[in-house]
Amino acid sequence: MLGYIVRRLMWAIPTLAFVSFISFVIIQLPPGDFVTAYVAQLRNGGEYITDMQEALLREDYGLNDPLLVQYWRWISNILFYGDFGRSLEWNAPVSELIWERLALTLVLSTISLVFTWIIAIPVGVYSATRQYSAFDYIFTVFGFLGKGIPDFLLALILMWVAFIWMNLDVGGLVSPQFEGKPWDFDKIVNMLSHIWIPLVVLATGGAAGLIRVMRANMLDELRKPYVETAYAQGFGERTVVWRYPVRVALNPFISTVGWALPALFSGDVITAVVLNLPTTGPLLLQALKMQDMYLAGSFILILSVFTVIGTVLSDILLALSDPRIRFS
Amino acid sequence: MTKSTHAPLAPMPPERLLELDNVGVHFPTRDGLVRAVNGVSYHVNRGEVLGIVGESGSGKSVTARSIMRLQPKTALDASGTIRFRRASGEEVLISAQDRQSRTMRQLRGGEIGMVFQEPMTALSPVHTIGTQIIRTVMLHRKVSKAEARAQAIALLTRVQMPRPNDIVDRFPHHLSGGMRQRAMIALALACDPALLIADEPTTALDVTTEAQILELLKSLQQELNMAIVFITHNFGVVADIADRVAVMYLGRVVETGTVDEIFYEPKHPYTQALLQSIPRLGKSHGRRLRTISGMVPDPYNVPTGCSFHPRCLHGVRGVCDVKTPEDVVFASGQRARCHFAGEVAISEAAQ
Ligand SMILES: Nc1ncnc2c1ncn2[C@@H]1O[C@H](COP(=O)(O)OP(=O)(O)O)[C@@H](O)[C@H]1O
Ligand code: SF4
Ligand SMILES: [Mg+2]
Repeated sequence: MLGYIVRRLMWAIPTLAFVSFISFVIIQLPPGDFVTAYVAQLRNGGEYITDMQEALLREDYGLNDPLLVQYWRWISNILFYGDFGRSLEWNAPVSELIWERLALTLVLSTISLVFTWIIAIPVGVYSATRQYSAFDYIFTVFGFLGKGIPDFLLALILMWVAFIWMNLDVGGLVSPQFEGKPWDFDKIVNMLSHIWIPLVVLATGGAAGLIRVMRANMLDELRKPYVETAYAQGFGERTVVWRYPVRVALNPFISTVGWALPALFSGDVITAVVLNLPTTGPLLLQALKMQDMYLAGSFILILSVFTVIGTVLSDILLALSDPRIRFS
Repeated sequence: MTKSTHAPLAPMPPERLLELDNVGVHFPTRDGLVRAVNGVSYHVNRGEVLGIVGESGSGKSVTARSIMRLQPKTALDASGTIRFRRASGEEVLISAQDRQSRTMRQLRGGEIGMVFQEPMTALSPVHTIGTQIIRTVMLHRKVSKAEARAQAIALLTRVQMPRPNDIVDRFPHHLSGGMRQRAMIALALACDPALLIADEPTTALDVTTEAQILELLKSLQQELNMAIVFITHNFGVVADIADRVAVMYLGRVVETGTVDEIFYEPKHPYTQALLQSIPRLGKSHGRRLRTISGMVPDPYNVPTGCSFHPRCLHGVRGVCDVKTPEDVVFASGQRARCHFAGEVAISEAAQ
């Protein structure tokens, strides 16, 4: 088992090196660079910038160096000094910009993932064991609605409901008067009154899909002979269902926990924009638009690290839960 | 069916362990009613091996699952009674029990063990062999985990599992088909059941392994003096293990008797035809195996009268296709459900 984990981790290193390089290259692929975008923005604002000034800027930022040199400058600072470089647009260290957002995103995503599982797994199991019951039909409808309604629309509706009917101020993570203040009890209470909307939005979208998958997996498993064996041993229905087929039906989920992590970092972009949440999605979107390469590159690198860690993590979990995978 | 379910049943003879009387199990389906089991009666005495033979689809498995009250959820209990004598001596009317009743859960695994056809999929893939046996033992017996584990190893030894101390911590996918079937048997025997139901336990195995498993079941049966309902579609296997045989066709038992009676004096044309379709050593020189003509009718259109009549070599038009035959009982106790039972004898010489 230990050998398996070490082997998985060893593989992660070349994967990450490759991904970091590719993402750095891709960010630079669109025509122009940060200076082009920056100058265009200034000119739109009515300022006068000569081509000479533009060239100097480019030289300053080191954008004329060959790609490999730029990549090495960036990655070696990360590796040796933990320095992710400066955001050109924000004129601030990348790490300053992203860690708080990453933490918030991580918290939000984890809570919504936990909610999703807590809702989806029992409902999926129950739907499968009571196939074609009223309960099953109700959640089938819920499932299609949940999948069919785009997240941002649900977010808008909930914001409207919260604003009109519940007199809450919505959008953002905290009300404006708490913005930038240190975290105290009042601020946490205020955050809780905001955070339920993104949680509901993220959890319904996720749960709707998960219920369908869990139900389908369970229906498959319930037909398997080992379930009948468990009944024939004398176990009651609840024991049989939860100890045997659920264990097996969960495996496909466990193998995707890893993907849930990065998906939650980037997948909630639209919802986050609509809800004006200080999570990572909107920042990454902006960085990509401006070709703010160190910010965008670092972002993608961190997302990749999370993906790789998540994948390794879920592989290990899967190996623990499904003995057929182990050591193979 | 003349018996009302409320009428008190005459007590079973003391040696009787299991008795099925006129059991009917039907499936309402979109294409019509499937009478999968259509009035099956058979019994098993203590320590006796009853072989159930019949082509696939004749209702053997559905009947067996009714004994466990584990028939598919869509099944309807159409008729009949199933009774079982518990270790305490009291009779249980299984057919009146709820699927999940306390009594049924005590019987399953505790007094009736079951072995299934598919050794590859009939064990939980995510638990070790030991865990599966230990859980069963602890469900039915008040023992500690350590005692249950010791018992699991003893059971694996009893089913002649190689390296039982090692195998107990293995997962099913580490085991070969034959070893899995041994593990399955150990699981079924976990609580010393008085009755073992084995539904085609060797069908999925190769011939060598099949012989080994049969040998094992025979020796276990003698050692533990347990009764077995041994289901198979293979007459050759039955001859090896059974004391008595019930032959099933389209949801009915068409003939019952001792192994010798069934093999040497079959009274029903279907039994005779089945016997002629199995190869036998020493007798097959230059002889072509006879197969039963025609196909098993589909379950939605069971023929009227005697359901075997479209394929029967001895059928009489106007009788067999009109009147449903009753059991004809012979002095020895042999029974055959045919209008002309005993009048049509196979002539081995003619073969
Ligand atoms: N769940 C079910 N729904 C409908 N028909 C079924 C079901 N299970 C079994 N049957 C029917 O019952 C008949 C007997 O099946 P079975 O007892 O499995 O046969 P055997 O074990 O003798 O091969 C078959 O014709 C089959 O089509
Ligand atoms: S009743 Fe008639 S058709 Fe049926 S088995 Fe006997 S002879 Fe054949
Ligand atoms: Mg069968």
